[in-house]
Amino acid sequence: MKIGYFPGCSLHSTGREFNESLRLFAPAIGLELEEIKDWNCCGATSAHATNHLLSIALPARSLALAEEQGMSEVLAPCAACYSRLRTASVELRENPSLQKEVSEVLERPIAATAEVRSISEVLSRMTADIRGAVVQPLAGLKLACYYGCLLVRPPKIASFEDSEMPTSLEGIVSACGAEAVHWDRKLDCCGGGMSLSRTGSVIRLGRSIVSDAQKAGAHAIVVACPMCHSNLDFRQRAMLKGQEGEVVPVLYITQIVGLALGLEPEKLGLRRHFVKTAPFIQRITTVPATAQEA
Amino acid sequence: MSHNENTQGLLSELRQQTGQNAARCYQCGKCSAGCPMAQEMSLRPHDIMRAIASGHEQRLFEGDSIWLCLTCETCTARCPNECDPARVIDFLREKALAKNPKKAPRPIRAFHKAFIRQIRTHGRVYEMGLIADYKLSGGALFQDVSAAPGMMARGKLALMPSTIDGIADVRRIVDACLAKSHGDHGEEA
Repeated sequence: MKIGYFPGCSLHSTGREFNESLRLFAPAIGLELEEIKDWNCCGATSAHATNHLLSIALPARSLALAEEQGMSEVLAPCAACYSRLRTASVELRENPSLQKEVSEVLERPIAATAEVRSISEVLSRMTADIRGAVVQPLAGLKLACYYGCLLVRPPKIASFEDSEMPTSLEGIVSACGAEAVHWDRKLDCCGGGMSLSRTGSVIRLGRSIVSDAQKAGAHAIVVACPMCHSNLDFRQRAMLKGQEGEVVPVLYITQIVGLALGLEPEKLGLRRHFVKTAPFIQRITTVPATAQEA
Repeated sequence: MSHNENTQGLLSELRQQTGQNAARCYQCGKCSAGCPMAQEMSLRPHDIMRAIASGHEQRLFEGDSIWLCLTCETCTARCPNECDPARVIDFLREKALAKNPKKAPRPIRAFHKAFIRQIRTHGRVYEMGLIADYKLSGGALFQDVSAAPGMMARGKLALMPSTIDGIADVRRIVDACLAKSHGDHGEEA
């Protein structure tokens, strides 16, 4: 399957292992990523919180480029980019006067024909391919699948699955042989883009998410958003200060798939995390595998 | 301006610009019950909807409640009467910046400005530049400074920015959108 690819800014810096791990295993499941040439930042929170037109026009430029480059579908792995690109696409299709205004600002036509997809959507459509490519089943591993906000909300934009009871990530980790735990905080917000500007709130929100994953007996939290990752991983030490319990590694869904496909943890970026992943990796390699050497 | 004119003003402006009707809100409070920031807000999401419908503009723009919304979209997902509080709050923030940007909490305003300046400069966000700009323009100067070496060691902060080929396009787009909103988003007033 060939799909247009919008990596987004975070996947080149703080979330680089999200990009690296996806690109590493994609060929093994027959997923071909074609990056939109010369894409620009989606504007994220700062555009939509300050200027609505800008929040549509910035993603619209990348969507227009995708159209020009012949793409009918675009994968945006970052949940925030996904939400902004898909919001722009939905609003442009629904509102002809906005489409005209944005097209004038862009100085290029924009029909918003390319469908924007999230990583959970694309991978859950490929679970059969993933299952077929697994060489190191993650048997015995308990994972807390964390959706947060923009992967599933608002329902009108993230329309792929139920916004209150999503199951796509659980389906993907099951295909990898791992067990998805039941827990309560998988739809809570981690504080998103306020990591720098209102850190105290982010720590309060993250603490209840990490504590709940601990209580559910999870060996790791699985995310699909670089902001969720950065909040829950980088700020976890501050979240757990004075609390009981062990730290919980935070892995991207793409790293989980990569591990099940037998790829090297280091190449999947597991050494780039703040919460140490070595004990988690140890658990995988002690599980008897059918093709350990692969 | 009379109380009534005020009500009509903000309500109809909201409706015109976003298609949202704040008067649809029947104050069930479900939005605030699920809001992760409600406990830190003096005006919770359902209070905000009410304040628009009853024309209490001053209450909306004086405090920092509208700036604390994380746009997690829980309110919008759960509203039983098809209101979109998250979109309404974005509308209010844009309006607040146009009225008086200084009312927005300084770190949050500094972050948004620095972020949009990054886009205008490179077409993408260069995180080192974003953090430096944010800190110098009103963010917490020393917070997380000790994290920088750890970020570097993990290869998470690029040392050099890269600028897209179509930067002139992006600059023109940013400037055109900022000019249309009559707000202060780009440069410090």
